Amino acid sequence: MAREKIGETEVVNVKKQRKKCKKEHKTRTVHSNILYDRTKGEDNPNRHYSDNEIKTTKYTLLSFLPKNLFEQFHRFANVYFVFIALLNFVPVCNAFQPQLALAPVVFILSVTAIKDLWEDYRRHRSDKEINHMDCLVYSRYKHQYMERFWKEARVGDFIRLRCNEILPADVLLLSSSDPDRLVHIETATLDGETNLKQRRVVCSFLDLDCDFDPSKYNSVIECEKPNNDLARFRGYITHRSGRRDGLYKDNLLLRGCTIRNTEECVGIVIYAGHETKAMLNNNGPRYKRSKLEKQMNVDVGWCVIILLVMCLFSAIGHGLWMYQYGDKRPVFDVLSPEGAELSPVLSAIYLFLTMIIVFQVLIPVSLFVSIEIVKICQVYFIHQDQDLYDEETDSHLQCRALNITEDLGQMQYIFSDKTGTLTENKMVFRRCTVAGVEYSHDANGETILQSLSQLPSDLTDIIDFFIALTICNTVVVSSPNQPRQKVGTDRLTSNSNSSSSSSLNRSSHRECSSVLSSPSAESTLTKLDEEHHLGGSVGLEHAFSPVPPHTTEGEPGALEEGELRYEAESPDEAALVYAARAYKCSLVGRLPDQVTVELPDLGKLSFELLHTLGFDSTRKRMSVVVRHPLTDQITVYTKGADSVIMDLITLPSTDDSKGKRQRKILYKTQNYLNLYAADGLRTLCIAKKVMTKEEYAVWLRHHLEAETAIQGREELLFQSALRLEINLHLLGATGVEDRLQDGVPETIASLRKAGLQIWVLTGDKQETAINIAYACKLLEPDDEIITLNADSQAKFLSSDPSRSFQKDYAPAYSFPPPPPSPSSSQTQSFLVHRLGLVIDGRTLAYALDSSLDEKFLQVARSCRSVLCCRSTPLQKSMVVKLVRNKLKVMTLAIGDGANDVSMIQVADVGVGISGQEGMQAVMASDFALPRFRNLQKLLLVHGHWCYSRLANMILYFFYKNAVTLIFWYQFYCGFSGSAMIDQWYLIFFNLMFSAFPQLITGTLDKDVSSETLQELPQLYMNGQNSEEYKPYMFWMTMIDAFYQSLVCFFIPYFAYADSDVDLLTWGTPITTLALFTILIHLGLETKTWTWMNWVSITFSVGLFFTVALCYNASCPTCYSPSNPYWTMQRLLREPLFYLLCVITPVAALLPRLVRGRCVSVLLFKSPLLLITAFHVYSKELVFLSQCSVWCVSVCVKSNVICHVPNTTGVVDRTVKC
Amino acid sequence: MMASNYNAKEEDGHQPAAIGHGGAGTVKNKKPDNTAFKQQRLPAWQPILTAGTVLPAFFVIGLIFIPIGIGLFVTSNNIKELEIDYTGGDMSSPCYNCSQSYSWNSTKPCTCSVPFSLDQPFESNVFMYYGLSNFYQNHRRYVKSRDDSQLNGDKASLKSPSKECEPYRTSDEKPIAPCGAIANSLFNDTLELYYIDPNGSRTAIPLVKKGIAWWTDKHVKFRNPGGNDNLTVVFQGTSKPVNWRKSVYELDPSDPDNNGFINEDFIVWMRTAALPTFRKLYRIIHKKPNMTPTLPLGQYILEVTYNYPVRSFEGRKRMILSTISWMGGKNPFLGIAYITVGSVCFFLGIVLLIIHHKYGNRNHSADIPS
Repeated sequence: MAREKIGETEVVNVKKQRKKCKKEHKTRTVHSNILYDRTKGEDNPNRHYSDNEIKTTKYTLLSFLPKNLFEQFHRFANVYFVFIALLNFVPVCNAFQPQLALAPVVFILSVTAIKDLWEDYRRHRSDKEINHMDCLVYSRYKHQYMERFWKEARVGDFIRLRCNEILPADVLLLSSSDPDRLVHIETATLDGETNLKQRRVVCSFLDLDCDFDPSKYNSVIECEKPNNDLARFRGYITHRSGRRDGLYKDNLLLRGCTIRNTEECVGIVIYAGHETKAMLNNNGPRYKRSKLEKQMNVDVGWCVIILLVMCLFSAIGHGLWMYQYGDKRPVFDVLSPEGAELSPVLSAIYLFLTMIIVFQVLIPVSLFVSIEIVKICQVYFIHQDQDLYDEETDSHLQCRALNITEDLGQMQYIFSDKTGTLTENKMVFRRCTVAGVEYSHDANGETILQSLSQLPSDLTDIIDFFIALTICNTVVVSSPNQPRQKVGTDRLTSNSNSSSSSSLNRSSHRECSSVLSSPSAESTLTKLDEEHHLGGSVGLEHAFSPVPPHTTEGEPGALEEGELRYEAESPDEAALVYAARAYKCSLVGRLPDQVTVELPDLGKLSFELLHTLGFDSTRKRMSVVVRHPLTDQITVYTKGADSVIMDLITLPSTDDSKGKRQRKILYKTQNYLNLYAADGLRTLCIAKKVMTKEEYAVWLRHHLEAETAIQGREELLFQSALRLEINLHLLGATGVEDRLQDGVPETIASLRKAGLQIWVLTGDKQETAINIAYACKLLEPDDEIITLNADSQAKFLSSDPSRSFQKDYAPAYSFPPPPPSPSSSQTQSFLVHRLGLVIDGRTLAYALDSSLDEKFLQVARSCRSVLCCRSTPLQKSMVVKLVRNKLKVMTLAIGDGANDVSMIQVADVGVGISGQEGMQAVMASDFALPRFRNLQKLLLVHGHWCYSRLANMILYFFYKNAVTLIFWYQFYCGFSGSAMIDQWYLIFFNLMFSAFPQLITGTLDKDVSSETLQELPQLYMNGQNSEEYKPYMFWMTMIDAFYQSLVCFFIPYFAYADSDVDLLTWGTPITTLALFTILIHLGLETKTWTWMNWVSITFSVGLFFTVALCYNASCPTCYSPSNPYWTMQRLLREPLFYLLCVITPVAALLPRLVRGRCVSVLLFKSPLLLITAFHVYSKELVFLSQCSVWCVSVCVKSNVICHVPNTTGVVDRTVKC
Repeated sequence: MMASNYNAKEEDGHQPAAIGHGGAGTVKNKKPDNTAFKQQRLPAWQPILTAGTVLPAFFVIGLIFIPIGIGLFVTSNNIKELEIDYTGGDMSSPCYNCSQSYSWNSTKPCTCSVPFSLDQPFESNVFMYYGLSNFYQNHRRYVKSRDDSQLNGDKASLKSPSKECEPYRTSDEKPIAPCGAIANSLFNDTLELYYIDPNGSRTAIPLVKKGIAWWTDKHVKFRNPGGNDNLTVVFQGTSKPVNWRKSVYELDPSDPDNNGFINEDFIVWMRTAALPTFRKLYRIIHKKPNMTPTLPLGQYILEVTYNYPVRSFEGRKRMILSTISWMGGKNPFLGIAYITVGSVCFFLGIVLLIIHHKYGNRNHSADIPS
């Protein structure tokens, strides 16, 4: 009874809620399904939400054909071809047998449809598999959890999950078997990160002792509408009592993640099926259009215009031809099928349509399909390249965008991240400074030891410093032997003596959270002093000396300790925690509200973790708020970039010795920081702050408000963090080394030789960045460096170096700049004109302002390398966007971390390094590389090849399709749209007979060998300047095609003039020799002949003759209106046929051979080139191979030393241009 | 000490990939195969055009093409050919009167005789052609205007010809056989040749009318419906093409093997010409068994039964007598083309050789400038 009552009131509530829902439409309300009769029932407020069945297939059996066709018809080319095929069904303008005219369209459509069908079927299979996985859903009737398929789970259902199970939907965590009410999940399927993440039970359910009982649950959850932001979840839960609790992303388990380390947990489904965050994020491969394709589309447009002009020409010709006969209708001018006599004008209009059908090949339909095929092959080859494989990580290059391979060959600007991209991102703790004393990590044992005998305040600083290193992070502890098993978090067993009360009884536990037997208000200092006096220096010596491995193994306690493994989101954190452990200050456990640290002699200390203010790129720091177990003080530990921390340090205003000392420490630390940076170390400052209870209470109130806010929570939390992180006390600073990756300087040098501008955009500090830049040869020691550091826009304006730069070319700005008033001061330096530009984040913000960006670019362009330090992710992407849009250049962005994602997305080609920092960059990228040095081969070799292959293939396609023999025939058939080539040949010529060789060449041809390309990076400029496919080349190709079609038409024409030859006996040799000409033309364009080229050409010729012979022998009456019976057989007996087949290709291709290979260099290029060409080649090479031509042109343009491959292909001559 | 510690961690760091996915077993090595194909190292021939390869190629092309061209040219010139235009557009022409008639169906046949003389005797077989100019047999709608099944002897098509034949498909409600515009415009002049003996008497030259069509056309493509016997019955219920004077079964009543659809003149006409100026084989004058030339030199008369009107399209009609060589009729073009292309290649070879020598020598003095 009572239950029903509850149900009724609930219904009322629901109605209210629904109204609200309709009004707001900004939130989703989730009730428990247990309260309602049927999950789909009328009264169930959850019934509108999508269920958990996923369907990623695009089609059903019924909808496949219409839907797939509809999709395919979004392509202009397909529409065009269907239009033409349909035009053929119009009696007045049909040119071919209508059914046959459908063949190419049907062929292309069905190839695509079969591909789509196959993909869809695979999706269907995997969907089915996923939908039928099992999960435990609480049943209303049976009052227990029942096995159900995934697809049966619905929003509002309670789901029980066990260890290693995969989450079927987005679930709000309500209960966990873990004593700390935690669940560990692995999110590898979502973001590729393998470290465990903790999720916790919604705070109002924390206190439940016994198992969670779904039937008692009657709260209402209100949360956001489904969205694709993995890192965000906001909402609140309203209990019966009216109490409200905030919900965070920490409470939400996302679909696709795996439960680890947790025996069992229960949650309520919030988002199901396609509304889960994982599915919303799954938006398929990205589509980019490459530069080459854009250019190609322009020329396809030109083809259309040429087609229309030709059709118009023919139509007018036909009109005139008709007109000249006047009323005397000639016997061969057949009436239209209706028997109507057509006026010249009308029949010209009809003819126009007919000609569109006849000339349809002018628009290369198969081009689009062929390009797709070739690109897939190119991707395959890039993927298979052993040089792009990294043994160490067993990872390949991944091509995530399939259709921009050729863009790799046209890059002009590279924007690189530093950390993890140029460097390893494997952090090694090198040195630190604590309280103004510097310790190097190698000799640390001694130095720290010595310091211990100094002032006690130093000592506290050191301890605090290590504690901060240990706890101010989000590192998760686990043991390598039992992976994914939580270690050292078991308060009950390890410290049963201290906490006798049940750990579940949190409220009481919080009061006595200390694990030490001295929970009294003893201060750390006194405690340590005591220790110091008692244990003497020996104890402390032992305390803070690194533990040698053998002793570690000897001690059982240490052994356990040594087995701990830390999983951190960033390698810096891990490095710091490992470093701290080396000094026996080790992190042994981390819970959402507690961190356990083992200190020498002090044993395990449990800090109550009050808040963690995570790292973000704007604040550039993170903080933890803990209650110190010894002092019970609220302490804030902050770790962050030195530039921000230093500003937040407050010095005692008093001028006493303490203040002085503080100032001195600050000054010293700053000095050390500069030194570290100069050594290329990454620096972090560690600071601390002790809060009074009152201060904390005030702050806490604001913070809680911020946390529970639904709108603008991020902003409020940010503000809250800013309020907390003030008046810090500096503890020290660390220097972490990040080694350069292998081969980075060489790669940068060769990319630069290839004419690529390399900009480094990093979040690191200026000194570190410059140092790394020197280390990787981005900056040379004798480069002049312009440093732009400005406080305000006005200053930036005044310091605008472009003016002075133009005036006297000596703009070497001071380096390093004096901190307070930076701007610029000129110093005369060397006469080297190589410039490097260094700009920091703040100045960059001014530089990116629309009023100044032109000037900034002007300066940046004249510099050899540009270094942007301290830049935020947004700034990175803005820089890329600015360069891309303003300079109209091709940009490539390469990075490895989440902070590079925006830049990778903005650039024309985004490259991700699958490194240490998770997979976000890789997920956003078009290509993912294992190492930075792979970029060299990817761009210089594969990029060049892909570009040159595709460019040549596209031009060849235009050429092939523009050999319009039929056009010339119109002059001899009264412009009637007649064709001497059999319709079969006409239709299958491009589709089959001449299709394969060009695909092979487009996939395999290598204009220059891989070795030469890497040895001569200058050859890359060929692609940068689009040398292979310039607009004029299209027209040259067209003229060539025009000429060749003239030859192919008129040689047979004159050879058969005034003879008894019939239409097809004349047309078939023309087809044959056009095929030969086209294939030999391809042969001339092919630079490397492998057996596959031979096979494909032989196959093409063989196919043509086989088809022709079979076709001409098969049926004498079937192929109306043409009747080619026995034509080919008869032709093959005629010597004239062979004579034609020999002379026509020679005559057609002679000009190309001579002009393309010999003369073009001499006539069309500069005189300088001519001289050079003759100097270089006259001895062995009169006729320049394509490769050498570039070599020379590159040589002339860049004034560099150029190797010229001679006849043997070996680089053996060096010529200075 | 620290370093070793750190390394240990590093190694550990890689373990979870192996162990973490619980029993995934050995990690698959994803290293690509080192095959020549996958690494794009297939053995390849790189044709680099150098003086050493291109110059000889040019010369060789030249040296091959020029003799072929000369051979073709000579062969073509040895062919004897005589062309007589009997259109009769001129007032002076003997066929002027006949040519004035426009009609296809004038009841009275018009004849005219055109005298001509041979300057040299024609040896071996002589082929007699009729030639038409400005006749667009290749017009798109004209070419299609036929029914191959009907011509192949299909009885169903005989009774209801294909729609392609429109508007020459039916006449007076009866199907036309053979239907279509091509058949309708069949060339229907009759040409006869007479040799005028020096003594003034006319000798008819025997013109063979069989063997002028393709064998496959005559025996495979074209067939009379129901065999060759009694065509009158077979073609009953069909109508003759509107421009024809007699029905299809009356084309050659003397020879059942040359009558109806398999009439060779008809078959030849049905093979539509490629170009608007064309000739079609009309008759063959076989070589005489003795050593006398097939057509000795002297005076001849061409007797024309002038039925075919060409004035409407400014056409010309010709009678051509020609001998034939292995490469077909008289056409000097191919020979000239070969000679031209060969010469161009040769010339280019010489020019490039000169350039090669000139600059090659100059380069010797200034080899590799500093």
